[in-house]
Amino acid sequence: MAAPQRVSYRMESTLDSVNKAEAMADQIAAQAGLDEDTRSGVSMAVREGMINAILHGNNYAPDKRVNLTFEQTPGEMIVTITDEGHGFIPDEVPDPLAPENLLKTSGRGIFLMRAFMDEVRFRKAEPGTEITLIKRLPEK
Amino acid sequence: MSMKASTRQVDGVTIVDLSGRITLGEGSVILRDTIKDLLSKGQKKILLNLGDVSYIDSSGIGELVSAFTSVRNQGGELKLLHLTKKVHDLLQITKLYTVFDVKDDEAGAIAAFATR
Repeated sequence: MAAPQRVSYRMESTLDSVNKAEAMADQIAAQAGLDEDTRSGVSMAVREGMINAILHGNNYAPDKRVNLTFEQTPGEMIVTITDEGHGFIPDEVPDPLAPENLLKTSGRGIFLMRAFMDEVRFRKAEPGTEITLIKRLPEK
Repeated sequence: MSMKASTRQVDGVTIVDLSGRITLGEGSVILRDTIKDLLSKGQKKILLNLGDVSYIDSSGIGELVSAFTSVRNQGGELKLLHLTKKVHDLLQITKLYTVFDVKDDEAGAIAAFATR
């Protein structure tokens, strides 16, 4: 059995970091054998997680970083995104599908992460928030 | 691929041809500024042609929603044309597909704008 592969990056709170994370996620998902549609969803989920981290978590602060980790086990692709912000309570984020929220211009990021990944977990980091995105890989 | 927007007029309808990615940052800003500019000129029948939009994230979806409500609040109409599969699927899962008036044929879309 192959040992889990893990790579970590410490990234600045910029849009460029979001774009890079998205591109890396797409590449790793391809190497993991995911089909194009699934890869597209995974890279979108990573993009949304990074946007949450740099925009809502770190507020684009130049002195705050985002830790991004990609890990692959035989059965899963795991992406962890940790910001250095004040933290938030995921259950308090309004449901974007509720009729009263449909025409809101924000608030869909967590929903999209959950739509495209098999598991999404939130953990309070000290400081900030750690989001773990898990996608199960097809059996080889 | 950065976003580009160009406009043309057909039968009183302003068609905005968008290409590239509507995402947080430049893409979202271009869309926002384009709509704002059109509304300031009194152009309230707006058809967004998304045929060449390869990607949209949650911020881009937010800008589409913002465009829709801004135009509607000024008594206008905004419709979407030629959704790619990716954009179509995103609007479906976010339950916005039925909020927008989505068309797949330009002539039909233009005809669908109310004549006033």
